[in-house]
Amino acid sequence: MPFLSLKFNLQKRVKLAQGLWMLYWLAVIVGIILFSLGIFFKVELRKRSEIMDNNESHLVPNLLILVGLLSCGLNAFGGKLCHDSLDPQKFSRMKPMLRPYMLLCCGFNALLLLLLLLCFLMQFAVYLTLAEGLKNAIRFYKDTDTPGRCFMKRTLDMTQIEFRCCGNNNFRDWFEVQWISSRYLDMSNDVVKDRVLSNVEGKYLMDSVPFSCCNPGSPRPCIQHHLTNNSAHYDYDHRTEELNIWSRGCRQAVFSYYSGIMNSIGTFILNSYFEVAGDVAGLKYLSTALETMADPENPECESEGWLLEKGFKETLADLLSKVKTFGRANQVEEGGASPDVAAT
Amino acid sequence: MALLKMKFSQQRRVRLAQGLWLLSWLAVMCGAFIFCLGVYLKIELLRRDEVMENTEIHVVPNLLMMVGLASIGANWVASRVCQDSLDASRFPRWKVLLLGWFAVAMLLCCLLLAVVVLSYALQGSLEESLKVGLRNGIRFYKDTDVPGRCFQKETIDRLQMEFRCCGNNNFKDWFEVQWVSNRYLDFTSQEVKDRIRSNVDGRYLLDGVPFSCCNPASPRPCLQNQLTDSRSHYNYEYQSEELNLYSRGCRQALTDYYMGLMNSTGPGVLSIILIQLSVLLSMRYLQTAVEGAMALESPEGESEGYILEKDVKATYADVKAKALDLLKFAQVDPTSEAAGAEEGEKAAEATEKAATPPPAS
Repeated sequence: MPFLSLKFNLQKRVKLAQGLWMLYWLAVIVGIILFSLGIFFKVELRKRSEIMDNNESHLVPNLLILVGLLSCGLNAFGGKLCHDSLDPQKFSRMKPMLRPYMLLCCGFNALLLLLLLLCFLMQFAVYLTLAEGLKNAIRFYKDTDTPGRCFMKRTLDMTQIEFRCCGNNNFRDWFEVQWISSRYLDMSNDVVKDRVLSNVEGKYLMDSVPFSCCNPGSPRPCIQHHLTNNSAHYDYDHRTEELNIWSRGCRQAVFSYYSGIMNSIGTFILNSYFEVAGDVAGLKYLSTALETMADPENPECESEGWLLEKGFKETLADLLSKVKTFGRANQVEEGGASPDVAAT
Repeated sequence: MALLKMKFSQQRRVRLAQGLWLLSWLAVMCGAFIFCLGVYLKIELLRRDEVMENTEIHVVPNLLMMVGLASIGANWVASRVCQDSLDASRFPRWKVLLLGWFAVAMLLCCLLLAVVVLSYALQGSLEESLKVGLRNGIRFYKDTDVPGRCFQKETIDRLQMEFRCCGNNNFKDWFEVQWVSNRYLDFTSQEVKDRIRSNVDGRYLLDGVPFSCCNPASPRPCLQNQLTDSRSHYNYEYQSEELNLYSRGCRQALTDYYMGLMNSTGPGVLSIILIQLSVLLSMRYLQTAVEGAMALESPEGESEGYILEKDVKATYADVKAKALDLLKFAQVDPTSEAAGAEEGEKAAEATEKAATPPPAS
């Protein structure tokens, strides 16, 4: 009893072939979109690799690019198959390629599922890389004269301005590092000497933040220095002041941006998975309908198309028995060897 | 002697019609492109509406949008004419419309050219508008509690950060206005009282700039206050410090941005003018060739296509004569009335004479 069988006459077969051809070309466009999404994501990761310690994993965008290219190729071939299927001569030439092609498509679908899983799981990796990278970025903010790190200040400032965030978890991260280079500190000044001596490592720490933490939406001009000292500024209470500097941490801000990208890519991959699965099912129907034509010379005859030749459970049982016979083949050889030995 | 005459066999006419059909659909796409360009330019101008004082520059995107829509319509009509041109029964109904179509197509080309010229000519007006708008923006920067002006601060800050500029002409514009609101000034402090008394208007002026003027590319953390005093900061020289703040003025930055936008679309618009002109010329050839073919005894034969029936001088004289005729028709001419009465009498006499001889014979 075939699984999910349908009857097809000539008109239905033609309609199926045409519809399937359009679906395959739609799938080619989807493949192109996947390819460009991969490139976009790769570029976005590269743009901010400095705040991720140049350590970020490019697995997801590389796989996306590969999957996009594969999808274009496979689906273009599938479209050609559909186009040729209604011509009996061409179809008989294509028949031997059908089974390996459909297995290849099923493998491709499995790859899509894997990519979907990766899209959601790699977000953890991005989060951890960001945390580490931002911590180092804040530490190296002042090293504008060290080769290899001289652009860290600009990168971090632009990141804080663009993502409207301050520091790693929040603005207090800036209180724990020296973010003013010693070149610009007057070491003969008493205030400077006091601050440097006030901590074990001799760092010039202050309760100030860089200008890029300032919120333009604040009604008052930005207060950057002496943030925790209420008496240093007129009409200022650091506990109730909300709009002066950005309250969000950059790790949270940048992560939600990347997480948004990866979630949308994941949703798109899910849609394309269903589309490719539909294509494979349609192709199976079309090929079985063409193969089971009662009278191959008469194109008007009716035929039957199905997804699986036997029912679902029977096909599964068949597969299992095939796997077992494959395993038993080795054992039979051993048993065959001993009678030979006994005969001699 | 026709202008730029060409011979058209039936096959050439068919090819011309097909080619013109494709060209007119290309021109429709170009019209849509022009429309989208106009919309984009208008949106960009509206985004910075708050720092512009007048809207004279808006004539460029408005014209672009109008011309784009008109071009889509006109070229769609051209494609319909092409489809009907090879069918002798359907072509005559387009005859009257074609004259109007030529006028519209010429007008569109002229308008597009005017847009290109205007986009250069209005640069001065844009600069003036920006000068006044930015001056007001800087003056009202501190008024975050005045309804209608409470977003000036945020607008100016975001503008300076996005366009990497400071002040109107340069950062010294901030030294001339009070940009710290009185709500945040401690009037009991001696320093504040000194500054307020130091100028006639009683404003709190300082040699400092807002944080949005800071340049992130500077190797040192941003210095915002006491900028003119080299001694107030360690290792700081006011005259030679270049990277600390943005050196460009916002008026210059915005003008450069908008001029760049309009200039980069210049070549595209010029090539669209060429496409429209070629549609116009091909349509004229098609019209004259098909009309010539319809007048022939055998419609499949050769006909001639031209741009103008006579050469330029003769056509000009013709058009002048027609125009004068039209003007004369409007005037009342007393001499022609009397001549008409005489003619009428002569005609009556002639009929009488014609009536009398037959009885004699």
